[in-house]
Amino acid sequence: MSAVAEAPARERSRPVERVREPRWRRRDRWWGAVFLAPQLLGLLVFLVGPLGFAVVLSFMRWDGLGDATWVGLENFRTQLTDPYFGRAVWNTVKIGLITVPGGLVLALLLALALHGVRGRTAYRVIYFLPVVTSSVAVSVIWQMILGGGTDGILNGTVQELFGVTLPSWLEDPTWVVPAIAVVTVWSSLGLNVVIFLAGLATIPPSLLEAARIDGAGPWQLLRSVILPMLSPTVFFTLVVSVISSFQAFDLIYVLVNPDHNEGAQTIVYKVYQQGFREFQFGLSSAAALILLLLTLAVTAVQFKAQKRFVHYES
Amino acid sequence: MTHRKQILLHAVLTLGGLLMLFPFIWMLLTSFKGVGQMINDPLAWLPVPWRPRNYPDVLAEVPLGQAYWNSMYIAAVTVAATLFTGAMAAYAFARIPFRGSGPLFGLFLATQMVPAQVTVVPLYIMLAELQLIDSHLALILPAIANPFAVFLLRQFIRAVPVELEDAARIDGAGRWTIFWRIILPNIRPGLWTLGIIVFLASWNSYFFPLVFLNTPDLFTIPLLLDSFHSQRGGVDYGLTAALSAMTVVPMLIAFLIGQRKILNSMASSGLGGR
Repeated sequence: MSAVAEAPARERSRPVERVREPRWRRRDRWWGAVFLAPQLLGLLVFLVGPLGFAVVLSFMRWDGLGDATWVGLENFRTQLTDPYFGRAVWNTVKIGLITVPGGLVLALLLALALHGVRGRTAYRVIYFLPVVTSSVAVSVIWQMILGGGTDGILNGTVQELFGVTLPSWLEDPTWVVPAIAVVTVWSSLGLNVVIFLAGLATIPPSLLEAARIDGAGPWQLLRSVILPMLSPTVFFTLVVSVISSFQAFDLIYVLVNPDHNEGAQTIVYKVYQQGFREFQFGLSSAAALILLLLTLAVTAVQFKAQKRFVHYES
Repeated sequence: MTHRKQILLHAVLTLGGLLMLFPFIWMLLTSFKGVGQMINDPLAWLPVPWRPRNYPDVLAEVPLGQAYWNSMYIAAVTVAATLFTGAMAAYAFARIPFRGSGPLFGLFLATQMVPAQVTVVPLYIMLAELQLIDSHLALILPAIANPFAVFLLRQFIRAVPVELEDAARIDGAGRWTIFWRIILPNIRPGLWTLGIIVFLASWNSYFFPLVFLNTPDLFTIPLLLDSFHSQRGGVDYGLTAALSAMTVVPMLIAFLIGQRKILNSMASSGLGGR
């Protein structure tokens, strides 16, 4: 039993507690339940229960009002053969493929630049500002900047200065994903920079000094010392970034309004549209579960791959 | 590093900083522009003339004060309840041996992977059944169940020396006294970190309020901004920008005041977390 793990602590208190120890243990079991109860109850009611419910719903056809019909795998078949849903899956993956590597590399470069520079607090604060700003406000502001035709300040100014007509970023189906990616990277960059800076701060200066004395140049220093030492942090941010890019909703929904632009429809948007616009609870749940499976698959691959590039100190 | 390299670095970082600041500056400038300027000279960078009236005008139209209050107390209640119950569960997992502790903790870890969108439809049906749709409880209750909170605080509690607890126990303290008087004060940095993360998440949350709330007087700040924006945003940028500024600037000021604590918290969430 897990009480064994606590043995050293108990041994130390034994001379005083010898007689009362069994009572402690009996009461402890009770206390364990008391301390755990609120979160465990919340977990069961608001996470595990709804998850199970979602699985059941995904096998049903139900609009929330009438009777629910059991339809087996039909919802999944409908989603996976629907070209619109396929497009949404591809958009979801595409947004991840641009924002995750782009955001992480940029954050890493910035953190490396900031690490050796005086007055980095000011930069840290400025780069972090978008992180504390609500994604709705971020989207509203960026819509004014990227706005359609020559109305947006970016396109209008470029047109005026250089006579070049830029695509209407938020309406053009080919440009909407890159536009979303740019705003996403802008808004989350500061968080990754701050996390990377904290990771860099844990590398002992003596290690870098030793490598330098051995004649390592900046590139070798980065490849052989800094990146291996930073790899657990990079892995953490990689996993978190992928998960959050798959679940992105606020920014896309407000910035683009995917109702009118299928180039910006993602799996999460489908969950929302089918669930709360069309009240097809079964289809919506199936879409959400497909998202969960995609997330699990990609995370599993990342955890498999980490053995090859993540270096933990023993 | 050589002097020239330092200057070059500062130049690059400053340019990047301006790119980060530009949308905020643009928001503030736009918030002083009138409709006339939008139509006649949409590309002017500076407002001509400056129109501070946008601010009182938009305030007369939307219940911003109400939204502030809603967001503020929802976030405060969520933070307090999450910290308290999260620390309790974390203490149970870290220090109280009980049967099934390991598998239960595994369950907590596993549920962190479940996207909120998977549970939103079932939650909606459940909350509708409980008559909680279009109420703030629909936002607060589900947010308190937070496996990440339990995991993060457990890390901090494990770092508290067991000797402190033993000493208190010898003095006759029970589990509750130990938790309240020894554990909580000793994990203050962890509570700050988690408090800031939970506060920001609640304050900026959009998806759940969008799905769960209908009555404008119940709206939180992001929802209020979004509903104004989708009704009027395309017409009058000046008013929308003024409203955005009023939702964003107080948060930015709060961040600037507490930046050291907030940045350090975020940094430690990436190092110690998960």
